[in-house]
Amino acid sequence: MPEVVVPIGPYHPALKEPVNFKVIADGEIIVRLELDLAYNHRGIEKAAEARDFVRVVPLLERVCGICSHSHTTAFCKGIEEAMGVTVPPRGQLIRVIVAELERMHSHLLWLGVAGHEIGFNTLFMWTWRDREVVQDMLEELTGNRVNYGMNAVGGVRRDIEPPLVARCLKRLSPLEERIRKYADMVRHEPTTLARFQGVGRLTKEQALAFGTVGPTARASSVDYDIRRDDPYIGYADIPFDVVTDGQGDVFGRTLVRIGELLQSVRIVRYALENLPPGPVRVNTPRGAPKAEVLSRYEAPRGELAHFIRTNNTDKVERLDIRTPTLANWTSVAVSLVGSNLADIPVVVAAIDPCLSCTSRITIVDPGRRQTSVMSWDELRAHGIDFYRRKEGV
Amino acid sequence: MDPGWLVLYVFVFPGLLFLLAYALFMEYVDRKLGARIQNRVGPPFFQPFADLVKLLAKEDITPEDVDPPAMRAIPILAFAAVATAFLYVPVIGSSPLAFPGDLIVVLYLLTLPSILLFLIGWISRSVFSTLGGVRVATQLFIYEVPFFLALLGPALAAGTWTISGIVEWQRANFWVVVFQPIGFIVALIGLQAKLERTPFDIPEAETELVAGPWTELTGRKLALMRLAVDMALVTGAALIAALFLGGPSIPWVLEPGWLATLAGFGSFLVKTLAILFVLAVVRMAMGRVRIDQLNDFGWKYLASAAIVQVLIVLFLNGALIA
Repeated sequence: MPEVVVPIGPYHPALKEPVNFKVIADGEIIVRLELDLAYNHRGIEKAAEARDFVRVVPLLERVCGICSHSHTTAFCKGIEEAMGVTVPPRGQLIRVIVAELERMHSHLLWLGVAGHEIGFNTLFMWTWRDREVVQDMLEELTGNRVNYGMNAVGGVRRDIEPPLVARCLKRLSPLEERIRKYADMVRHEPTTLARFQGVGRLTKEQALAFGTVGPTARASSVDYDIRRDDPYIGYADIPFDVVTDGQGDVFGRTLVRIGELLQSVRIVRYALENLPPGPVRVNTPRGAPKAEVLSRYEAPRGELAHFIRTNNTDKVERLDIRTPTLANWTSVAVSLVGSNLADIPVVVAAIDPCLSCTSRITIVDPGRRQTSVMSWDELRAHGIDFYRRKEGV
Repeated sequence: MDPGWLVLYVFVFPGLLFLLAYALFMEYVDRKLGARIQNRVGPPFFQPFADLVKLLAKEDITPEDVDPPAMRAIPILAFAAVATAFLYVPVIGSSPLAFPGDLIVVLYLLTLPSILLFLIGWISRSVFSTLGGVRVATQLFIYEVPFFLALLGPALAAGTWTISGIVEWQRANFWVVVFQPIGFIVALIGLQAKLERTPFDIPEAETELVAGPWTELTGRKLALMRLAVDMALVTGAALIAALFLGGPSIPWVLEPGWLATLAGFGSFLVKTLAILFVLAVVRMAMGRVRIDQLNDFGWKYLASAAIVQVLIVLFLNGALIA
């Protein structure tokens, strides 16, 4: 067969989010992959500049439906650093509990999606059923299943009562049992092994060269986890292991994520059992002094970075968000070349792409600047004007 | 046979009307079973029928640059091929239409839907359909040889090429599956691949090819094609039940005659549903393999196993004659 262009996305059953791959295939073998992001510019960074810190937090919660707690925590701890405020230990541990529950629901979701991508819908249905347990816990703890609204600058907005702690602890053991079952299932089910092993391989050198983060990097034996290497909130005092794997393929990424699930159970259990007494929040000043902070956070998908510049007011002067999916994208295009057409969905899914986070920051897409008739300054002027009209800035 | 009875046989029972009803019922069982395994509620009893009526009423779109008569004819051909194949498979006693060599005809008619699916993919003028169609053809060449070899075993053992004759031979002796277990398993795998069910749903891999050759099918065409595949499920299960499990025959003698026929029909239902159960569990318990992996599996293991089975049958035949 001659080379054919298979368009995947922006509307396609494999990807529920807007991204476009132009896959150039020779029969079933992939020759080249062209990636097109930026279908959905949401202007959150710009909108964040127009709001005070209290109102920015709910906005950032909506960067992503899955890692909503990640974005708010990264932002709050950056602002707290700029203000010089220390969050009380109880508040910090509650942040950790929500963060790890979020990681669990994200990884369980991923495991199901990975199963779905190879047509293993039973795994998908089962993991999503067990994910409900995590979501129920989150609902009891925070009041919401997604977009928990837990974080505020200076601490968390809700305390956890002892009966609730007991209820959550009781739910953890069956969940852990189920996760171990999935670990066993993935290791032994023949079709899963056939579809995951040796697919989308990324060597350690490649993983470093393309700047991958999170489970994608850790599956290529890059031993790097912000929770351990640059501890934030309460992580310095919590015992946990960083899970790595040397295989570098989709199977390795699966094992890393399942390992992290078990570690998350361990962290949540430790945090619930060792909740210190005291307040969960401190009062903070309205404004922050002039400062520049790079706030790093280990989101479920990898390292999330918020760059915050404050200028003595109650608003940020600049907020720049680098999401883990953006860091991982390029590695997909590399690891897919030469592999089979049928491997696209699972390799793409293996980095757990979260496009609602990523598409937002592609205003600096060089391709767009070339094709656009506007110069960069004009585009910027247009943006400022747009927000002035729409937001009344 | 009386021509009136023959018309009744072909069109009502156990011909077309029964086939349609049983195909929809089997689809229901398949979906319900799958749903329960996946911890879902599953569809109500009449859902496959409701789906069929809904699809029949939907707008019928023919893509640009496609020859409309060809596109319309293909689902009808597939439907007709499977419906014809079912007439030669014994449901109650022997088929009145049986003739020497009808096994070959049934196998050929069951291959037709796959070839027509490839054709529909090819003429649809869509990348997804074309790639799916090519995969249908590739897959056809992988599973068809072991499948045919596995079904050759019972015919060799019984010394007849009539399906009803093989059933009669099993009534007189014993079920073929007793001494051809390998062939039975190969036949089940072949049927799963023929019907494009997980782990062999490679041509219609939803996450890569949207729906493969089915992508451009809409309305009536989609309804007929789906119905044809459901009917192929019934025919395939009935064929394997007839060749390996003794079909509608029961191992003991019953009086009066109508009771024996009824019991035979009951055993047909039980056997086909048992085969469906196995196929459904396999479908739920596995992911989709890649076409190159299927190629390795099909030619290395499946074809070898089928040949070994045929050799065993030939040796047994030789031993019995000597």
